[in-house]
Amino acid sequence: MNIHEFQAKSLFAQYGIPVPFGKAVYSVDEAEQCAKEIKTDVVVIKAQIHAGGRGKAGGVKLAKDKKDVGKLAGEILGKVLVTHQTGPEGRCVRKLLVEEGININKELYLSLLVDRTYSRPVFITSLEGGMEIEEVAARTPEKVIKEYIDPSVGFQQFNGRNMAFKLGLEPDVIKQFVSMAGKLYRLFVDKGASLIEINPLVITKDNRLIALDAKVSFDDNSLFRHEDVKAFRDLDEEEELEIEASKHGLNYVKLNGNIGCMVNGAGLAMATMDVIKLAGSEPANFLDVGGGASKETVKHAFQILLADNNVKGVFVNIFGGIVRCERIAGGILEAAKEVKLTVPLVVRLDGTNAKEGLEMLRSSGLNLEVASNIWEGAQKIVKLVGGKK
Amino acid sequence: MSILVNKSTRLMVQGITGKEGSFHTSACMEYGTNIVAGVTPGKGGMDFEGVPVFNTVSEAVAATKPNASMIFVPPGFAGDAIMESVDAGISLVVCITEGIPVNDMVQVKRFMAGKNSRLIGPNCPGIITPEECKIGIMPGFIHKKGRVGVISRSGTLTYEAVWQVTKVGLGQSTCIGIGGDPVNGTNFIDLLEMFEKDNETDAIVMIGEIGGDAEECAAEFIKSNVSKPVTGFIAGITAPPGRRMGHAGAIISGGKGTASEKMAAMEKAGINVVRNPALIGQTVAETIRK
Repeated sequence: MNIHEFQAKSLFAQYGIPVPFGKAVYSVDEAEQCAKEIKTDVVVIKAQIHAGGRGKAGGVKLAKDKKDVGKLAGEILGKVLVTHQTGPEGRCVRKLLVEEGININKELYLSLLVDRTYSRPVFITSLEGGMEIEEVAARTPEKVIKEYIDPSVGFQQFNGRNMAFKLGLEPDVIKQFVSMAGKLYRLFVDKGASLIEINPLVITKDNRLIALDAKVSFDDNSLFRHEDVKAFRDLDEEEELEIEASKHGLNYVKLNGNIGCMVNGAGLAMATMDVIKLAGSEPANFLDVGGGASKETVKHAFQILLADNNVKGVFVNIFGGIVRCERIAGGILEAAKEVKLTVPLVVRLDGTNAKEGLEMLRSSGLNLEVASNIWEGAQKIVKLVGGKK
Repeated sequence: MSILVNKSTRLMVQGITGKEGSFHTSACMEYGTNIVAGVTPGKGGMDFEGVPVFNTVSEAVAATKPNASMIFVPPGFAGDAIMESVDAGISLVVCITEGIPVNDMVQVKRFMAGKNSRLIGPNCPGIITPEECKIGIMPGFIHKKGRVGVISRSGTLTYEAVWQVTKVGLGQSTCIGIGGDPVNGTNFIDLLEMFEKDNETDAIVMIGEIGGDAEECAAEFIKSNVSKPVTGFIAGITAPPGRRMGHAGAIISGGKGTASEKMAAMEKAGINVVRNPALIGQTVAETIRK
């Protein structure tokens, strides 16, 4: 789960990690009000959306004079920002973060995440703040410093010193850095985070270390332990159909193609998307109905697929293991009763009770085509929909 | 010979009295797996279809000497259950549970360092040596005794591959689902090494997906350590970056972990990479005929 910068900064503040003074606002009035409380001359206005690349897209403005805050806030609020992470449709800005301006001397990069290969938390830091760390790593790998943490004892002071001295920080900044890293680690573990990224982490002209930006993502699997983190969820930042799907325990990701797919299991769902592409079209979504799909889940899944106007055909690809195929067939028939099926449907059922399931579908009189394997199914649906989108 | 599990495997089930646990315990018994004990804290002294239930793993171990464990404990407690088995010296721990917090798994992996247990999973279908021992939730009937080893990060996609291998008339020596989580117990490499040494395995199928670099590491290993033909498939060539595709570990982040990178690394290592998952069975058959 992703959260907004202002939410991440509120967590930082809770843990004693220095952030610029500022507030989240929802209107021009509030922005002007907030600017009055800010002591610096320069005020920064930042669009709050769940995507990076806001600066380049015009979502971050600097007011050198406080009088301009209202005007600049008005320019960003309600604007649709298109960044490399939002997709072509962009994201509407509904809230802003209004902050004091900081006198920057140096920009660093600092992040904390779990390294999959070593199964350990790792800090990544670099003097190349403000840049995408992946670019720095690709171009100048020697400038990326990694510090692995032993999870059995957690962060130790020496971990912090290892990084700070490699970065070549000045003595009084080193102390602040070590302390900040320790606090970040505690936050990471306490709240079940999957990523904390500060880019840039700045050293001010008066040698203070401040998190100028803050990005925190959480491990969905640990949300059940953290009601406070769950409260950060912002439905405005999520796709409507994806919210609906998550209510029914369905794993759904909307994509840009026109063939809806309903599959059991994440791997097979991805493979199904891939064969649709191989057959000459594009998938409209990823949808995993899960291992224990009931008639009800299948019905909801169908409704969600058909609610997407881009969908011009549906491919159901089920390999029954725990899920019995006749249950899936029952769900399809039930859904067909309630939602009028106006697009072509191809069904491939294999595995547990596949014969029974297919027989149910065939004798139902429902207008559908049956496929005997994944490739045949993909080809059939692509042909029915009329090839490329 | 097969790898890791066979007729002599003595299985214990943690969470045997739960809904999932009891359902799949019955299915495994039906398949012929020798289940010697169950563990559910607070239900010690009960009996599940003739299998004695204990309160703790150490009691179960003392009384019934299991050498493998299958875990169906809910995600918030599964890490604890894995460590309980590892602590009791169980050599093979198979965790089916989906949804374990990553940080719990980080702790589990640290706990396991230097100990003699192997973990398969979590978030996996399990492991099966056809016609001998099934530990997990896979449908038994799609498997057939044979000489192809299967390793996969997926569940149903593994069934797809296995079923194809069965339908082309071959069968499997052992099939292992290593799970779809970012931090898991056993990765491709250890299993590839075991299949390479196993004289009842002639060919290997390796199924990966987007996210992480396990496939790239495996490809590197195969280059210099595996002489048997390997057929590979990577799911998710159409997956958009930054979106989690169902499995906790299936995500392209920071431009890393894409399907095309993985396929390229695997092809470079001499693996027969299929782009169409419907061709897995056929391709394995061809590699054996060569």
